[in-house]
Amino acid sequence: MAGPSPASAQHDESAQSGMPVFSKRHLLGIAELSPYEILDLLDRAEKMVPVSRQERKTLPTLSGKTQINLFFEPSTRTQGSFEIAGKRLGAQVMNMSVRTSSVTKGETLIDTAATLNAMRPDVIVVRHSASGAVHLLSQKVGCSVINAGDGAHEHPTQALLDALTIRRHKGRLNGLTVAICGDIANSRVARSNLLLLGALQIRTRVIAPKTLLPRGIENMATEVFTDMREGLAGADVVMMLRLQHERAAGRMIPSVREYYRFYGLDEEKLAFAKPDAIVMHPGPMNRGVEIDPAIADGPRSVITDQVEMGVAVRMAVLDALLQDRNEQTP
Amino acid sequence: MTRPIIIENARIVDPASGLDAMGALHVENGRIANVATNGGKNLPEGVERIDARGLILAPGLIDMRVFTGEPGHEYRETLATASAAAAAGGVTSFVLMPDALPVIDDGALVDFLIRRAQATASVNVLPAAAITKGLRGEEITEFGLLKEAGAVCYTDGRHSIQSSGLLRAAFSYAANFDMPIVHHLADHGLVGEGVMNEGYFASVLGLKGIPPEAETVPLARDLQLALATGVRYHAAQISTANSVALMAEAKKRSASISCGVSINNLALNENDVGAYRTFFKLSPPLRSEDDRRAMVHGLREGTIDVIHSDHDPQDSEVKRQPFAEASDGATGLETLLAAALRLVHSGEADLMTVLRAMTQRPAEILGLPSGRLTVGAPADFILLDLDYPWQVSEKDMRSRSHNSSFEGARLAGKVMATYVAGAKVFSHG
Repeated sequence: MAGPSPASAQHDESAQSGMPVFSKRHLLGIAELSPYEILDLLDRAEKMVPVSRQERKTLPTLSGKTQINLFFEPSTRTQGSFEIAGKRLGAQVMNMSVRTSSVTKGETLIDTAATLNAMRPDVIVVRHSASGAVHLLSQKVGCSVINAGDGAHEHPTQALLDALTIRRHKGRLNGLTVAICGDIANSRVARSNLLLLGALQIRTRVIAPKTLLPRGIENMATEVFTDMREGLAGADVVMMLRLQHERAAGRMIPSVREYYRFYGLDEEKLAFAKPDAIVMHPGPMNRGVEIDPAIADGPRSVITDQVEMGVAVRMAVLDALLQDRNEQTP
Repeated sequence: MTRPIIIENARIVDPASGLDAMGALHVENGRIANVATNGGKNLPEGVERIDARGLILAPGLIDMRVFTGEPGHEYRETLATASAAAAAGGVTSFVLMPDALPVIDDGALVDFLIRRAQATASVNVLPAAAITKGLRGEEITEFGLLKEAGAVCYTDGRHSIQSSGLLRAAFSYAANFDMPIVHHLADHGLVGEGVMNEGYFASVLGLKGIPPEAETVPLARDLQLALATGVRYHAAQISTANSVALMAEAKKRSASISCGVSINNLALNENDVGAYRTFFKLSPPLRSEDDRRAMVHGLREGTIDVIHSDHDPQDSEVKRQPFAEASDGATGLETLLAAALRLVHSGEADLMTVLRAMTQRPAEILGLPSGRLTVGAPADFILLDLDYPWQVSEKDMRSRSHNSSFEGARLAGKVMATYVAGAKVFSHG
């Protein structure tokens, strides 16, 4: 490539010179973002970090706006993170947790979308168990929609907060090797991270038993490993995924103890990564299933930083989608 | 009884006889009285003459796989609306799948459908009877009584029987009555929670995949059982390259084995799913482009016998859903022929091959007198403008449901008139 890679442009002066207008109406996935939009959101998030560390943790940018958190799947941390992010920007936040039986799920989705739309919110944050459900909902409402996780498809704010966490710990993104380990097949976190890191031309690896690797993964611009030691060799970042062990045991893996033996992150396997490698996990963790508790709570873990960056990223996304759109329309 | 007519100045294309020549067709008493390609020397005077103005005159299509909503889900489709759609698409006979409410698993219900079709349908409706009671895959139905009532074949429709033992019994028993078994192929364990073709695209969309083995494993089993029992076996619809290879091998050993392909798997591929477009959620799923090409190759080689529409009307309530939760199926009666002609216009297959798979071969498999332009055959035929350009639009569709997998597609080739038993049941414009 002739020009500088997008990742090397990450610390340009755009952060100082005022933000360009963010052109997207929704955030449905990382796949729809250009490398420059990704870096723009990271820079915006960077500026939001100090806000949450102040005594008065508020900005007035979204005052008078209505944010609805519509969660078809329970999630304490993501819902809480979006709620705090909206409130710190001054938005009115309403939480809706929709309990659904599998039979009526879709019906509820469309019906609920129409109902909520009539209340004229400015943004709806949606989590749903079906891939593509957030995309479908965005076609039925007149406001911005943020994907807070849809099935095994995407979880864009998670990938953004992961990238921000990595960048703050390593001081850079380009030149790093990121190893993602665990249930890749069923993970929206893995997909969004592979898309984001791939867009920035950052080297990625996925590590999992073959039963937890999706078909065609080798075409997703990543290196594929079934041996954890080989996959971790020389990695700068070790990203562990949650194993849905209640679903996987007996079908995709024989048992939790066998999984932990070969794919759980313990000191012995972590020793193959670089000595300064950081350890990440999107939460909630299964200690003793995919990760040794001593590592999860140890000095190389940046897991609580990820939670903090999550609020900053969600503030930045809400701000970018809502505020700039208003400036566009006089 | 309809008046005698002569359709003249037509390009007569008849796969069964291999005829492709300018000529005239003489129809009397609802049957073909003469096919004249000698300038009309033997044609009688005083009979109404219709100038086809060079259009193609071909046998009416026989669609081996059609679902309606009658009885039980008439808001999706009735025999009347399905037959109007069929007539507009050049389909003069269709095999009606037994997936209804109640399931067509009893002679009285077959009899009901035949009477109902006589009263309301403008094309020939050929009821298929269930292989197993209630389509539950547990007990076989009364094959003999169902045949006497007028069923043309046995099939469990969109259901696939999982028990090899039950299939073996069904195949053996069907052979007694010299009736074809038509079987949809889906191994439940291998389909699992899959909703589209397994591969890169499904992985990117975060959708669970249906591997090709979900089809090839039951196909290999069925073919062995068919060879062992001697049943007339028709694999309802295949979709993978390996299935073509399995079929080619089995057909070398028996002439009573055949298979079909849905027009969707011939004309579309997994890329059409795009951003979770549920009108492309089908069973079998749309496969890779390599698989699609293997279907075309199998058709050209004669390994694939039949092209059908897999017409499956579904309402928006079950289609406007997240992809994994939406129902399978797409309508297809009105677009079957034009979509198949894509292969002709693109040079992938010739006209005779494509028409044979929708006329002669289904007729042979089902033992019907139609599907050919021979003297004495029913006068079921179409007039076709091979190059007529049009765009598929749901508002022009006669089907009661609007889940077309070709919505918005630009197609070339349109039926200008459809005749059933010598009577015009559709004319364009």
